[in-house]
Amino acid sequence: MQTTTADTPVPATRYGVLERLLRIVWIGPAIAALVIYIFFVIVGGASGFFSVPGTAGWLNTAAELGIIALPIGLLMIAGEFDLSTGSVVGAAAIIVALGTGFYGLPIELTMSMALAMGVAVGCFNAFLVNATRLPSFIVTLASNFILAGTSLGLSRLISGSSNVSLKDAGWAEPIFGSKWMFFNVSVLWYLVAIVLAAWVLKQTRFGNWIFATGGNVDAARRAGVPVARVKLILFIWTAVSAAFVGIMSAVMYNQGNAAQGQGYVFQTAIAAVIGGVLLQGGFGSVIGIVLGTFIYGIVSLGLFYTGWPTDWLATFIGGLLVIAVLTNNFVRELALNRGKKKP
Amino acid sequence: MTALMTLEGVTRTFGNNVALNNVSLEAHPGEVHCLLGDNGAGKSTLIKIMSGVTAPTLGTLTFDGKAVSFRSPRDAQAYGIGTVHQDVGSIPLISVARNFFLGNEPTKGWGPLRRLDHATANRIALEQIREMGIRRINDAEQLVGTMSGGERQALAIARALYFGAKLLILDEPTAALGVKESKIVIDLMVKARAQGIALVFITHNATHALQVGDRFTVLIQGRVASQFRRGEKTREEVLNLMAGGEEFYAVGHGD
Repeated sequence: MQTTTADTPVPATRYGVLERLLRIVWIGPAIAALVIYIFFVIVGGASGFFSVPGTAGWLNTAAELGIIALPIGLLMIAGEFDLSTGSVVGAAAIIVALGTGFYGLPIELTMSMALAMGVAVGCFNAFLVNATRLPSFIVTLASNFILAGTSLGLSRLISGSSNVSLKDAGWAEPIFGSKWMFFNVSVLWYLVAIVLAAWVLKQTRFGNWIFATGGNVDAARRAGVPVARVKLILFIWTAVSAAFVGIMSAVMYNQGNAAQGQGYVFQTAIAAVIGGVLLQGGFGSVIGIVLGTFIYGIVSLGLFYTGWPTDWLATFIGGLLVIAVLTNNFVRELALNRGKKKP
Repeated sequence: MTALMTLEGVTRTFGNNVALNNVSLEAHPGEVHCLLGDNGAGKSTLIKIMSGVTAPTLGTLTFDGKAVSFRSPRDAQAYGIGTVHQDVGSIPLISVARNFFLGNEPTKGWGPLRRLDHATANRIALEQIREMGIRRINDAEQLVGTMSGGERQALAIARALYFGAKLLILDEPTAALGVKESKIVIDLMVKARAQGIALVFITHNATHALQVGDRFTVLIQGRVASQFRRGEKTREEVLNLMAGGEEFYAVGHGD
């Protein structure tokens, strides 16, 4: 440790290569992604993991997950959770399928309805969290259940089934359902979502407020950060992204299912944490979250190409999660101790 | 010399509980006004009133010669009242510059391309902190969590002064600090005083208070027990007022 006193200026070039690398907040997930990728290329490469379809497979998975995981990650950086995304995906899919497939309403109308539902869910979550100060974990868990039951009940009531087909989505078909080689168009949408999230978090005042809200909510409030509004916008962003994925899946698979999407509830949070977002809030990066979704996609698809039974996927992901959390804490400690005076 | 801020007959009740009872005090430019008293004496209620967090039940506030009533902490800040809190108004895992400009971030560009002006923020933050004598910090992008407690207080003070504080309220800034670190903060207070800033210094530590205080107000159970100027009372008398003499010696210097 250095022993400089408060009076002597320290040259700015004192960081070594290792210290520089450790300063990059997404270094952990980057190394993990690389190691896991190489592992599956070696083990599953022969059966096609390293091929174009194999690559498209994990990228497609990462994209659909990532469009929701990005705002989830930002919300977690702001110190809140959202477990209601699963139901929002299902509700949006069934709204589009019922509206356009069953009633024959124009796709732009039903899509708007699905997105409006997302806005409403986001407002509901944010309102409860801001007004009651209850933990968002509980609030959004409740709204996930309320919405899941409602979409299932309404869908069955209206169409007699929880699964409604959507034969023709019109102009929305190429926008949400097209493919290039084996790559879904969702990969492009993911790219748009990444650029947007990265811009907001790194380059805008709002991004600074996200970090502050999660890092020290009282200090943020005293500095004049509109904490309640930050949370409101992020809850809406999350729910609208989930609705977007619901719409996309209804168009892509030509059907909507009220019960679909529950997998996103935990997968998105897992991707964010594997990507280095701190569970307590205040720390994380967009690149990290993206790498987290890549890791999730690579493991999901990679396991399939190894020929091992995919039953073990959850075990693998769970283990990865534990390692990720431990690594995150370690990296954070390193980052905080670097340059600190030892008494 | 006229006072920058005057409180007259300030009373604050919470239900039947009288937190402050007819308190009057003055904060003068270029002076440190020490606010002393045991826990529950009403110090925090008093600074909440001064910084716009709560309003007094009775009594008047005058700032810069005009009667004022603050609607919010933001409002008080706009008048030029900066508050530095004990837990430090900073967020450990974001950079020095981002902390410094939190809530007042400089931007460039227009419309959807309006973005943070990182270069300006980094430059000014670093300048201001180094101006405060914190020479160890040479990178505005380093995390605030890597700074020591005294340096973080310095950051908070630099921030308040940069954004135009004429009155600086310091809520137990040395409470969590060691001797060396406390010295950094005390030195900064001396520096701010020399610049003509009015300071209100809340502390449990008689040594620190006597070191920089120009005026002293001792609160006991919401009332002003004593008000005096530097040199009017001995150290013994101050300690007795603060906590009742012998007991106080038994525990050293508070924290």
